[in-house]
Amino acid sequence: MATSFESALHTLRETKVWKSIFRRGPANTNRTRSLAIFGNLFLHWMPVKVREQSLRVRASYYLGSISFILFTVLLVTGILLMFYYHPAAPHAYRDMKDLQFVVSNGVFLRNLHRLAAHLMVFAVFWHMFHVFYRGGYKPPHEFNWVVGVVLLLVTLFLSYTGYLLPWDQLAFWAVTVGTNIISAMPFIGHRVRFLLLGGNIVGENALLRFYVLHVVILPLAAFVLIGIHFWRVQKDGGLTVKPKDEDGKE
Amino acid sequence: MSDTKTSSVAGSPQAPVSKGVSRRDFLNEITMGALGVAGLGSVAVTYQYFSPNVLFEPATTLRAGNPDLYPVHSVTFLQDQQVYIVRMPEGFYAVSAVCTHLGCITQWKPDADMIACPCHGSKFRPDGVKIEGPAPRPLPHFAISLTADGELLVDKLQIIKPSQVLKV
Repeated sequence: MATSFESALHTLRETKVWKSIFRRGPANTNRTRSLAIFGNLFLHWMPVKVREQSLRVRASYYLGSISFILFTVLLVTGILLMFYYHPAAPHAYRDMKDLQFVVSNGVFLRNLHRLAAHLMVFAVFWHMFHVFYRGGYKPPHEFNWVVGVVLLLVTLFLSYTGYLLPWDQLAFWAVTVGTNIISAMPFIGHRVRFLLLGGNIVGENALLRFYVLHVVILPLAAFVLIGIHFWRVQKDGGLTVKPKDEDGKE
Repeated sequence: MSDTKTSSVAGSPQAPVSKGVSRRDFLNEITMGALGVAGLGSVAVTYQYFSPNVLFEPATTLRAGNPDLYPVHSVTFLQDQQVYIVRMPEGFYAVSAVCTHLGCITQWKPDADMIACPCHGSKFRPDGVKIEGPAPRPLPHFAISLTADGELLVDKLQIIKPSQVLKV
């Protein structure tokens, strides 16, 4: 079995299609392995080499990876939910109810989206605290720390804009209260609130604006920032590992 | 330019040697300036685009019906307009039902003779004066008047002093 599978794999690797996708030959030396990483769009922000202690659970608790996995879950479930949701005043609440009670597996997707959103806020905060207590904001990681703080804000804004979309009483009053907090900003507060809501009350315009922010603008911003964040982890020399860890004592 | 040496006679095809701004720098600055103006302009028009000119929101003036509908010493909550029509022996006034803290809709509690907010516990007297709670200001009074056919008219855009009372 193994030999026939290996020979099939070998034949596949010799085909013209394989060679056009994976431009380098077999990754059998350190040089070709590095080139395979550098030359691949999807891998080039991954490190070529990783220190063993930075892979240990206690080095990171994989909190960044968990946040990213949750973001991916939210992306997939969110796109699926969009197929049944109309961001307009009479429909939004009914569509949410339909997803819960009428659409096949709708309640599973909605709860997965909701639960993953709660967990992502939790994971991102925990990630931030962990990095902070590790001293992960120190040079040369200052820039990536700032990117991370912006990503935390994007996560919170995503959470907040998503809160309005069920269009129930909780959503309405949460956004009424939240946007009134915005209007407490000196001088520009009322203008910012007006622009965010597209009016003076939480109405149809506000629902549509929050929807566009939630499904296009903020996820796109998060996507770009996550790309930069991952890339800088590698460029700044990997995770911050405590000297204690290197002794193996922990 | 005055310190530049122009040895050739006037009208000479030879350009004077200038130590000022070169053509390239000049064009670069003009281009960057034009791009800056265009950038500022696009920010301005985008800002305008995001400010709606027509709003489909509840009307800001309301007719509250005949004054006889309201007994003396009564507080009536008009839910659609979020206004209390208060009638006291001294006259009528219209008090906003929107809490000055964070915009929740307050409720009239006849037993306790006060207006209470369900969100964060602010309490007001029927004339809008704050009793307690996180609300920073008293509930505002809206302008109230009589129409030609004798109905109460409340203008929610016009805030008046609490001492201004409509006598009927």
